[in-house]
Amino acid sequence: MTDTTFDISQVKPDLSAKRIAKRYASERRFKLYGQVAILIALAMLALLMGTIIAKGYTAFTQTHIAVDVNLSKESIDPNGTGDPAVIGAANYRGISRSAIRQFFPEVSGRRDLRALYQVFSNGISFEIRDLVLKNPELIGTTQRIELRSSADIDMLTKGFIDRSQKQENRRVTDKQLAWYDKLVADGRVSRPFNTTFFSNADSREPEQAGVLGAVIGSGLTLLVTLVLVFPIGVMSAIYLEELAPKNRWTDIIEVNINNLAAVPSIVFGLLGLAVLLNFLELPRSVPLVGGIVLALMTLPTIIIAGRSAILAVPPSIREAALGVGASRMQVIFHHVLPLAMPGMMTGTIIGMARALGETAPLLMIGMVAFVATLPQGINDASTVLPVQIFLWADAPERAFVERTSAATMVLLAFLILMNLTAIMLRKKFERRW
Amino acid sequence: MNDTSAALVRPPKMEQAVNDEFSPIKISASNVDVFYGDKQALNNISLDIEKNRVTSLIGPSGCGKSTFLRCINRMNDTIETCRVEGSILIDGTDLNGTEIDPVELRARVGMVFQKPNPFPKSIYDNIAYGPKIHGMAADKDTLDQIVQYSLERAGLWQEVKDRLNEPGTGLSGGQQQRLCIARAIAVSPEVILMDEPCSALDPIATARVEELIDELKQNYTIVIVTHSMQQAARVSQRTAFFLLGDLVEFGDTADIFTKPQDERTQSYITGRIG
Repeated sequence: MTDTTFDISQVKPDLSAKRIAKRYASERRFKLYGQVAILIALAMLALLMGTIIAKGYTAFTQTHIAVDVNLSKESIDPNGTGDPAVIGAANYRGISRSAIRQFFPEVSGRRDLRALYQVFSNGISFEIRDLVLKNPELIGTTQRIELRSSADIDMLTKGFIDRSQKQENRRVTDKQLAWYDKLVADGRVSRPFNTTFFSNADSREPEQAGVLGAVIGSGLTLLVTLVLVFPIGVMSAIYLEELAPKNRWTDIIEVNINNLAAVPSIVFGLLGLAVLLNFLELPRSVPLVGGIVLALMTLPTIIIAGRSAILAVPPSIREAALGVGASRMQVIFHHVLPLAMPGMMTGTIIGMARALGETAPLLMIGMVAFVATLPQGINDASTVLPVQIFLWADAPERAFVERTSAATMVLLAFLILMNLTAIMLRKKFERRW
Repeated sequence: MNDTSAALVRPPKMEQAVNDEFSPIKISASNVDVFYGDKQALNNISLDIEKNRVTSLIGPSGCGKSTFLRCINRMNDTIETCRVEGSILIDGTDLNGTEIDPVELRARVGMVFQKPNPFPKSIYDNIAYGPKIHGMAADKDTLDQIVQYSLERAGLWQEVKDRLNEPGTGLSGGQQQRLCIARAIAVSPEVILMDEPCSALDPIATARVEELIDELKQNYTIVIVTHSMQQAARVSQRTAFFLLGDLVEFGDTADIFTKPQDERTQSYITGRIG
């Protein structure tokens, strides 16, 4: 700077081939790092998905055993009333057991018979009852009915039980193996698609357990969350971005919103426990409370997404609208909001996807309960998908291992669906200016 | 010096003489001060804008000409730290006073911005939006007529009449700016403010817009901010020269460009400062 005789023409840029080659090399290197990173990420994802699918795909089939069941009129509806109450109250356990004994006339003795019955699910009497209630014309006939096997036999057909092990070390006894082989030899064992898994709520018996209860619970919970979070989030974002004066108070609010977005979700669960359950005395384990807690948790995320969506609307559009004499509210509702909506919806769906996968806060408000019935409304005890996965992962039965993975697949399917919707919405409503 | 500056002025046409006659005052600003926070952007501006004339505001960047323009339709209200003092009368009523609602004022004083900013809607909806929110059209036919009239006045009708339902953002830059002018016309304003309307346009589009301004002044009072002195000389009858928040000189365009009274004006129009 002090040298006044400095001559710029004396300092030439170095355009040597070596330097240029070096620059290209570093660009190539950088690109390579990116590709390697993506490859690692993809490999991880493939590993995750691969493990889940490999472990879980067997849960989508279920072993069934065909049995000839005598639906005699005497045992079901002796007086021929046709009354569902009478038909429903018949002794289907006895009917199913006599049907099983009929195929194995050689089995006798209490212990052996009990072992024989254990080849089948203990829910088969309900299966027969439901079938008869649905089709009363079957009374008085003998039907070959496909009945669910027990979970252990299901594991045996799927190859998870090692026959070469000693009898004490496996859950299927030698006698049961023999009976099973006889059934197979007679062509009575099949493995159709597992509809139970998609039509039942949770159960202690793996072969009767399904995800539908958890799916409905998740749906109801998310519905409550969405109804609460979308209007509140959008309105807060609009107020903060468009109407609120920029002063110390709005700064404090902004800091707090950003803080809340980073608060561990279990803290929201504790809040729900303390305020909603203990103080407001709302029922526990219900989607209503779960939805409120998840709404509190996702609200900051949605407000932040909404604000940035509003901020992304160019000021020139606001000026244009003001310039033709639109009022502040008209500017917001006719121009800013429609343009910000795709961003807001994307933010909401991503927030909802996070809420769908959330477990910790729901444990606090009792949604970890074992619920064996399908929830009927937002005030009915239920569980949600991730909690269901958590519960099954904890269960000792071998058959729950595959169901845990299958439920994870169902959860992932819903997540993929939601994120796809978010992308489609963005693509559809994206506007350029 | 006078020779060079005279060369900037287009040879006067016959109509120029008529245009230069004094016309009634439409907007009268007196002692206007504008502050952005603590910083004063305009110092004691007093300026009368005549009806059916084009008044151009010239001056280097940051001299406050846009700020003054935005005072006229109270666009500065949207800037939180901005404070306007002094009085600006439109037809004798203080536009910062309680008698005038800013929304109503902006319907009476339209604005065209530097960068064309059509709404991301169809061409038709761009024009129809203003009339709709002001309840100008009772039925679809009236609205159609307003749209056609506005586009015709903006010289855009022939180009877009077959694609009124296509997005306004799909037009070329010059067409977009004329669409914005049509949008301003659609609410039948008394005054049209233009903030460097041609700075983002090529010379051909600029010429179109300038022709348009010349036509529009028969029905509207026009105030235009421009960086191009040739443009000021071509389109306006009155010129105000701003420098560092002061109104240095204000008068007939021909006088400002041929015999400026102030030395600073002289320097600016000959390109020595700015």
